[in-house]
Amino acid sequence: MADKNTYRDKFPKKNPDGTNIIDLESHKFIKVWQGPQHPGITGNMSLELILQGDEVMECKTHVGYLHRGFEKLMERRRFIQNFPLCVRIAVPEPDFNEYCYAATIEELAGIKVPEAGEWMRTLILEMSRLTSFLMHMGGQAGAFGLGVVAQWNNYVRDLMLDRFEEISGGRIYRMHMPPGGVRGLTPDGFEGRMEETLREIEATMKDVDKTMFNNAIFKRRTVGLGYIDPAMVDEYGVTGPNARAAGIPKDVRKDYPYLKYPELDFDVITATESDVYTRTDLRRKEILLSVDLIRQIMAKMPKKGEYMAKMPNVLHWKIPKGETYVRAECTRGEYGYYTVTDGSGYPRRVNVRGPSYTHAVALMERLAIDCNIADTAGLMLSLHTYPPEIER
Amino acid sequence: MKALLKDLKKRFEISKVVQQRPDEVFVTVKKDDAVALITHLKTQEGFTHLVLLTAVDWIEDGKFQLTYLLNNNSDKQDIGIRVMLDRQDPVMESIHHLWKQAVTYQRELKEMFGIDFPNSPRIDEPFILEGWKDIPPYRRDFDTKQYSEDTYFPRPGRETHDPSEYMKKKLYPEE
Repeated sequence: MADKNTYRDKFPKKNPDGTNIIDLESHKFIKVWQGPQHPGITGNMSLELILQGDEVMECKTHVGYLHRGFEKLMERRRFIQNFPLCVRIAVPEPDFNEYCYAATIEELAGIKVPEAGEWMRTLILEMSRLTSFLMHMGGQAGAFGLGVVAQWNNYVRDLMLDRFEEISGGRIYRMHMPPGGVRGLTPDGFEGRMEETLREIEATMKDVDKTMFNNAIFKRRTVGLGYIDPAMVDEYGVTGPNARAAGIPKDVRKDYPYLKYPELDFDVITATESDVYTRTDLRRKEILLSVDLIRQIMAKMPKKGEYMAKMPNVLHWKIPKGETYVRAECTRGEYGYYTVTDGSGYPRRVNVRGPSYTHAVALMERLAIDCNIADTAGLMLSLHTYPPEIER
Repeated sequence: MKALLKDLKKRFEISKVVQQRPDEVFVTVKKDDAVALITHLKTQEGFTHLVLLTAVDWIEDGKFQLTYLLNNNSDKQDIGIRVMLDRQDPVMESIHHLWKQAVTYQRELKEMFGIDFPNSPRIDEPFILEGWKDIPPYRRDFDTKQYSEDTYFPRPGRETHDPSEYMKKKLYPEE
């Protein structure tokens, strides 16, 4: 009996550099576009996949569906006008943009944010991290068919958005940290309502733990999927939970303490298995850590006091020539702003360093190879990427 | 940081050293030395993390400034390396052999600033813009306002007011 595989080579031939030789004309391969309109893609981007059977042989990331030229627009606007613009770069967690932008401007202009303002900023960043992780975990569960986790998480996330609304009046774009400080402190009775929300989140996370992390199907599909080697961390620019799940304790909150993080008590969470399951589990622990940090901040932060530095007339505000880079730990890794000023009333250049830039392009193109087509969505989501910060 | 800078000054021709923060320094290096310096920092000094690679357009001097920001996570230091390129002939050596993600940065710079990195993989593939015919859009001489006026048609009911004028009225009415 003839070998079943004689009419079709089991594996494609390789180039000298180890990449697959893909000959679409041979009809052994099929090209599939996953995205830009696809539920298994984060936001609007697309993966150009070349498959043999149901295995991915080659993956190329395509972005550009959301390009609005933020960095270019910022060069035409005054420093204060850029503030409501920069939040739009990462929709589920805009506060990191606010903080990084404000911090670069304050550093270059020599402005010192008052104590209460710094505490308030820390609180907002932690709340933002929590909401973003909750949303992400819903998406991650959804990619493996556990839609109910997404519903639960979005419910508790909504409660957190109510707290944001109390503080700033905004639910999605809070815009609470203009250069110089914050727009206000917490309202009366905020602590009690926050504590209620945190308890609700903790209860939900217990349910999520049972339904998701002890679910046989979820485990079967995610354990061993999308392994990131610790050696790849620097080579591919991996940061944040993706790096920590590979055992590299990289956390900007600890390594380069900013705002009030040095006064908070926490340890960097790491793991070693570095697959999709571990990364998701690490993010669950991060959610609980955020809950703990918010409690610590609420206990320590001053309830009144100066929260905004004295600012010059922002319409004629000129900042001396200089350049700087400020980073913060967002949910996905290192988020940073590189701002160059030239002495005029407008920035010369603002460059946004989003962690998705490396995760979704170079790393994803590498990890997708030999992955099953059905797992690509889950793999993509486990890297936690937001396309707008790739194309800015 | 001081010892490192002293050592680097011995090996390379670095100038315009700006100590921005105790853990962050910016230096300028000649174009031909840049990749050697970056390789030295990565392999010998522990600057193993490429934070970002971007360009600044100094159109009045006829220069592009490339900024490589490297990070040493064990000593918690950052070094920004500026390389000045001639605006008329913006070509730079590629660093894709040092970091895989550099490919993406270089593709973006080629598209947005027109800075070429010969031999970098997929350098000519469009990254964000498809079928772009105009000058690279992130250069200072590309006028975004003019572009949108030429490309998009005005619709009734979409008049905008100048934000500066509005803010002046709201924030500083007495001026």
